[in-house]
Amino acid sequence: MCERRNRLTYEKDNGDGVTTSELFRAEGLAKSYPGVRANDNVSFSVAPGEIHALLGENGAGKSTLVKMIYGLVRPDQGRMSLGGQPHAPADPRAARASGVGMVFQHFSLFDALTVAENIALGMDAPPPRADLSRRITEVSAAYGLPLNPARRVASLSAGERQRVEIVRCLLGNPRLLIMDEPTSVLTPQEAEILFATLRQLAAQGTAILYISHKLDEIRSHCDCATILRQGRVVGTVNPAQHSARELAAMMVGAEMRLVDRSGRQAGEVVLTAAGLTSAAGLEGTALKDVGFQVRAGEILGIGGVAGNGQEELIAALSGETTGRPGTVALDGRDLSAEGPEARRRAGLLAAPEDRLGHAAVPDMSLTENAILTGATRQGLQKHGVIDHRAARSFAEKIIAAFDVRTPGPGTAAGALSGGNLQKYVIGREILQEPRALVVNQPTWGVDAGAAAAIRQALLDLAGRGAAVVVISQDLDELLELSDRFAALNNGVLSAPVPTEGLTLEQVGLMLGGAHGMEVAHVAA
Amino acid sequence: MLRLEPRTRAPWWLGVVSPVMAVVATMLAGGLLFALMGFDPVASIRTIFWDPLFGPAAGYSRPQLLVKAGPLILIASGLAIGFRAGIWNIGAEGQYIIGGICGAAVALAAYPSEGFWIFPAMVLAGAAGGWAWGMIPAILRNRTGASEILVSLMLVYVAQRVAAWMAFGPMRNPEGFGMPGSRNLQQYPAASNPELIAGTGIHWGVVAAVVAVFATWFLMSRHIRGFRIRVAGLAPRAARFAGVRPETLVAFCLGLSGALAGMAGLFEVAGPGGQITDSFGSGYGFTAIIVAFLGRLHPVGILLAGLLMALTYIGGELAQLMLSLPAATVQVFQGMLLFFLLAFDTLTRYRLRWGTAR
Repeated sequence: MCERRNRLTYEKDNGDGVTTSELFRAEGLAKSYPGVRANDNVSFSVAPGEIHALLGENGAGKSTLVKMIYGLVRPDQGRMSLGGQPHAPADPRAARASGVGMVFQHFSLFDALTVAENIALGMDAPPPRADLSRRITEVSAAYGLPLNPARRVASLSAGERQRVEIVRCLLGNPRLLIMDEPTSVLTPQEAEILFATLRQLAAQGTAILYISHKLDEIRSHCDCATILRQGRVVGTVNPAQHSARELAAMMVGAEMRLVDRSGRQAGEVVLTAAGLTSAAGLEGTALKDVGFQVRAGEILGIGGVAGNGQEELIAALSGETTGRPGTVALDGRDLSAEGPEARRRAGLLAAPEDRLGHAAVPDMSLTENAILTGATRQGLQKHGVIDHRAARSFAEKIIAAFDVRTPGPGTAAGALSGGNLQKYVIGREILQEPRALVVNQPTWGVDAGAAAAIRQALLDLAGRGAAVVVISQDLDELLELSDRFAALNNGVLSAPVPTEGLTLEQVGLMLGGAHGMEVAHVAA
Repeated sequence: MLRLEPRTRAPWWLGVVSPVMAVVATMLAGGLLFALMGFDPVASIRTIFWDPLFGPAAGYSRPQLLVKAGPLILIASGLAIGFRAGIWNIGAEGQYIIGGICGAAVALAAYPSEGFWIFPAMVLAGAAGGWAWGMIPAILRNRTGASEILVSLMLVYVAQRVAAWMAFGPMRNPEGFGMPGSRNLQQYPAASNPELIAGTGIHWGVVAAVVAVFATWFLMSRHIRGFRIRVAGLAPRAARFAGVRPETLVAFCLGLSGALAGMAGLFEVAGPGGQITDSFGSGYGFTAIIVAFLGRLHPVGILLAGLLMALTYIGGELAQLMLSLPAATVQVFQGMLLFFLLAFDTLTRYRLRWGTAR
């Protein structure tokens, strides 16, 4: 089993699988939804002061499991105990009362309200506002998460919003804190601040259940990892003693493919952007004189936290927003005034970040979603009449080539898991053999196996001579994929630099430090 | 406590069953209403839903079914396309009136010359008039962001005033002894839209409605433009990504539904209506909204729903005549039908649960 490195004393497995000290225990938990066995005979335990990772691909049952612990879902079978007492919360309120806190991946905060008002709304019995504000200041300072209770949430960065959610949980003095993919929205520096806080909490005896896809993060910060595959526990390990590759292999059930960067040579300039300036979209940032060139066979990585102009950049490149003459050119041909269809005909394709509702229509079948961008370039229409048979076979081709797990092309896009739909969306663009491809967050919320497949497909596309632009928040991904790297911050694109030899720290600095967030001094 | 829980996926048959249930519930609630008013509920419902088709006077009322259903189906086919895209043309009534006036204007200008070109020219003029009236909200929405719902609806009242002006002014029949209203086009063979097969009620408008059903079916399920319209309704951002320009879509949907409504108006004025009067609009444009939704915005559904709504018109008139039910009966019925349809629709997307959330 696992050892804790944060504590001075170690409690060893006593041989029958039960540790001598445990805070939370699940035994034989099972939950079925129509057609899916989300959890099957799941057993694991968490000791006080332990940072315990839940690891698994999308659809492995992690969310269902923590929802049962947090009282959002009731198990069909099995038992849970918390601090020796049976734990069967009827709703999240009961779970909170018994000492379980949860920070969700997606924040539920009201922009128009202040930090204190938001926190009061989430409490079962909020104290008077002045007391609450004082408590917020105290707790946030004690855990190195400085927050001003009077600030409006609208003016906070993603990292600061997460602090609000964490402080909201901490005010309830949880014994078990569940964190769902907390670092997916953070810069490396912000993530470090978060880990310092988690370690401090653990040192005080709070158990932390940590869900993440990021294997390196789990290896360096978690004491123990329970690995789920298809709803079952496949192992409980000390992640520090295994390589990221081994962990991924356990998750996926097979050896992972490593990304192969070989065989690419930069050729002539294919895609040129110059002086791109655009109005801000909803909750976005205006682009300010963004320019770059991408050569054939080259991948340009654009890093930065979402909301800094990423949406606007891909819209300007895909043709959803058109610009002044001379701002976007493909192979020397000016496409600035052309819409998405004309740009696709010319060979400039794009895959936006939001799979549901932007890159794909959730309520339409995969076949119809193939028509969405493939109509002209794949000959799925003749004189405006849709060739459904051709569309279906194109959809089947994507499903086969990108290993999309689905009953068939008639399935609604919204019924696919995030990773599978993302493979479908990226595959749809790649199989159209674009001259230049722009993708935004290609592996966001995608499990490790699917992410590796998508990255390899992007590299292969570049290897065939296409120019590729990858916009991503995942810096590891960008360093792995791209030949040159640029940071998009507050609508301004830095000058691209070669990725070779660039470290995560340097990249973090290019992104503007920790986005102006003060790094609090955590009491040792 | 009763609460609604979203269904993860609605069974396909609920989409078919819910309009049928809405009709049954309307009959039950209508029967109850009549009983409370002191009428025999069974006889009332039979008079409205059964007698027009199979009762003693069915020989007269059956042709009326197609006469009423034709314009409803023609208008609803156009409206459904916009509704699929989230573009809400509520003003088909106005486009219907203007279409009728424009078509009649061609006929009245040509009077009394005879020529095979007159009727086709009237159809084109009717469609053009409806199109132009529909383009007003389209242009205002694209240029200024004005709600097409409000603009198209308010233009109905403008159209009604235009009809009254025409009936009393420029189009007044010079041989009509000062009575308001234009010449009766039924008495002008080159411009009339006669019953094509005696005793069936089929006129060119009914033919056009059937053609519209097939054409809109082809557009929506076989043509790339219809596909993009559906995308725009389901996921506007995905539509932009696919290359749909929202402005073009607004103009297309409002223009097309306006043109079809205008044609319906022309067929009415040249056929069953006969002349432009100050009360030319008879509510088809509004009822067609119910028809479009009752038919699930699907061409075949609209065909069936149009026939059903025509039945409530005729049955309501019959009930007025035979049982002296109030004239508002038809409107109450149509309102209840839409109400129940929306209620049962909610049940296709949500299920009812007792108790609190878990």
